[in-house]
Amino acid sequence: MKKFKKVMSLLLVAAMIALVGCGNSNGSAQTGTTDNAAGTESAGDASAAEENAPAQAADGEVFKIGAIGPSTGSAAVYGLAVQNGADLAIKEINEAGGINGTLIEYNFQDDECDNEKSVNAYNTLKDWGMQMLVGTTTSGCCIAVAAESANDNMFQITPSGSSVDIINNNDNVYQVCFTDPNQGVGAAQYIGENAVAQKVAVIYDSSDVYSSGIYEKFVQEAANQSFEIVSAEAFTADNKTDFSVQLQKAKDAGAELVFLPIYYTEASLILTQANAMDFAPKFFGCDGLDGILNVENFDTALAEGVMLLTPFAADAEDEATQSFVSAYVAAYGDTPNQFAADAYDAVYILKAAIEKSGAAPSDSVSDLCEKLKGAMGEITVDGLTGEAMSWDADGAVNKAPKAMEIVNGNYSLIQ
Amino acid sequence: MKKFKINKSLKDNLLTYGMVILAYLIMQILIGTGNVSSLMQGLLVPLCVYVILAVSLNLTVGILGELSLGHAGFMCVGAFTGAFFSKCMQDVITFSLLRFILAIVIGAVAAGIIGFLIGMPVLRLRGDYLAIVTLAFGEIIKNIINVLYIGKDSKGFHFSLKDSLSLGLEEGGTVIINGAQGITGTPKDATFTMGIILIILTLIIVLNLIHSRDGRAIMSIRDNLIASESVGINITKYKLMAFSISAALAGVAGVLYAHNLSSLMATPKNFGYNMSIMILVFVVLGGIGNIRGSIISAVILTLLPELLRGLSNYRMLIYSIILIAMMLFNWSPKFIHLREKYSLKRLIRKNKEVQ
Repeated sequence: MKKFKKVMSLLLVAAMIALVGCGNSNGSAQTGTTDNAAGTESAGDASAAEENAPAQAADGEVFKIGAIGPSTGSAAVYGLAVQNGADLAIKEINEAGGINGTLIEYNFQDDECDNEKSVNAYNTLKDWGMQMLVGTTTSGCCIAVAAESANDNMFQITPSGSSVDIINNNDNVYQVCFTDPNQGVGAAQYIGENAVAQKVAVIYDSSDVYSSGIYEKFVQEAANQSFEIVSAEAFTADNKTDFSVQLQKAKDAGAELVFLPIYYTEASLILTQANAMDFAPKFFGCDGLDGILNVENFDTALAEGVMLLTPFAADAEDEATQSFVSAYVAAYGDTPNQFAADAYDAVYILKAAIEKSGAAPSDSVSDLCEKLKGAMGEITVDGLTGEAMSWDADGAVNKAPKAMEIVNGNYSLIQ
Repeated sequence: MKKFKINKSLKDNLLTYGMVILAYLIMQILIGTGNVSSLMQGLLVPLCVYVILAVSLNLTVGILGELSLGHAGFMCVGAFTGAFFSKCMQDVITFSLLRFILAIVIGAVAAGIIGFLIGMPVLRLRGDYLAIVTLAFGEIIKNIINVLYIGKDSKGFHFSLKDSLSLGLEEGGTVIINGAQGITGTPKDATFTMGIILIILTLIIVLNLIHSRDGRAIMSIRDNLIASESVGINITKYKLMAFSISAALAGVAGVLYAHNLSSLMATPKNFGYNMSIMILVFVVLGGIGNIRGSIISAVILTLLPELLRGLSNYRMLIYSIILIAMMLFNWSPKFIHLREKYSLKRLIRKNKEVQ
């Protein structure tokens, strides 16, 4: 028995060492032939890898698009959505013959939602030969990576990094989603102009860039609007399960509407707890609330009447959304959220910009970036997350915000 | 002529310095010949950061013998004061090396002072109690930074603990520390060379301390508190000395960290207790009290997750399994026995005996 144990443990260690060896060889091989890495990276990519096979001959014959996001850790939902959304778009484009006849190779790297790891992921992709970046998914990481990509003059389009600092001073970076200030201003204007409520309470996450960014602009814009902010309460990532204090304050202040510039997980808890204390104001959120109807163990009847400004809803009736959702569900077995739609759009925006500029895969990274920057000012793209999207030189997107209301357990567009 | 005799500790120290310098030279040659991937080049400065952190924590854990779980908190203090200074002085001091050195000094002093202040009440505790208090302290620092807003305009600095609007900045004023959004746009002054110089400085400070009179006093506290007190060693003084030097060095690592990334935020990931425990893992794996071991394990454990990227989704799982295996291999008594039985040294000796 003792001997058996010894042998087993030796075997295990040997296996570990072999695995490290694998990791090593993969890492160092990334500058050369990269097919293996690309194949393992994108989940459920077997068919695409086969189709890509003839195109994987050498650099300069395919466009190499990289993507970064958290596929592990607490923010994995967003990273995986971006990974799959971009993957779906790239498969579609490749099946249709590529961009101007050139196929796309795709590689997604995990950043664990950590700035430092995100820069590591960016460098890994650079070693792989990335020419354009779809990323990163989260705002904080995107600021760190944008500084690096600006240094290399690498073209970057972020599906969901919404902070202003991403595009400030970095003219190579473009956004698909609205910037945080735009969402805050948009929400305040919508509430004011449509006279949704007079007394407004805000509950926001002060430890989150997205949430506090929207909150600040909302408060600033609220000064110009007809309504009044009666309470503004914060919570942090460390205590986001009990909201009774924040809700009680809003209730005591007589709020008719509670503005929730937060993600849907916390919002579902707030709705449940508000219901438990017989507090029934109107709830109003931003794009982070998209997905609230899919929260497990959440009574969706509570979400009835919740209004949100979001560019994408999986239940929308139009044909483009319908076909995207069904293809996504078929490929990944999950209903896509707004992040997936943003990433899907980002790839098609890249396609439009490449077609407009006539860029070729043999161009250097910097030349490619210059060409695409020129094209971004000229193109308009109809995507899932907005119609006639266009871009300023600073990289922010111009599109009309859409207001949705949850009616009968479905998102419906408010006209 | 009397033969120059190198004693054991000097030989040991020279080996440690030599290892760092050799690693630096090899990397420089590889970079010069273009054989280093961008990933590796990007990892060089973080590696220096973690090495400094591991060495400095080893001073508290290994030499002073107190378990501290708040090391990331000191790193956080250093990172934010250093980045704050650089951000303010970006236009005043345009010579980046001078600005960076000043930032390092300021970060180290700030972290050292905080370490001293924390140490005074905390070091009266021992063992688990000390560990828990330092853990709480690290979280407090992180949370304070997350609600701290500092802005600058022509009238000077404005502070707030509420939000950036209540700073009341005039037109053209800039928000420097923006609560949870931290500091953005820190100049990227950190270089690999600078990192190596800081590692060597750290090593000089720590190794000289260990082999000095003060160091022996600190170690005597670790080994037997009552005995050392009975021979008249000032316990409080030496404990505080080791603790605040360790904190100051963590502050240096923080400054280096902050100047390597353009956005600095205090998230649970980088300055939370996860990071403190990560640093402790470096120290424990490398051997408590073993400075060279700390350096090696910090390098290996920082590189490992990046080298495992090829395994995609299983990466973090494999990383943890390897960590367990390495801990067992290094420290389980059975493995130590096995290693001794089949060690290279022994085999060579055996061969000699046969001859």
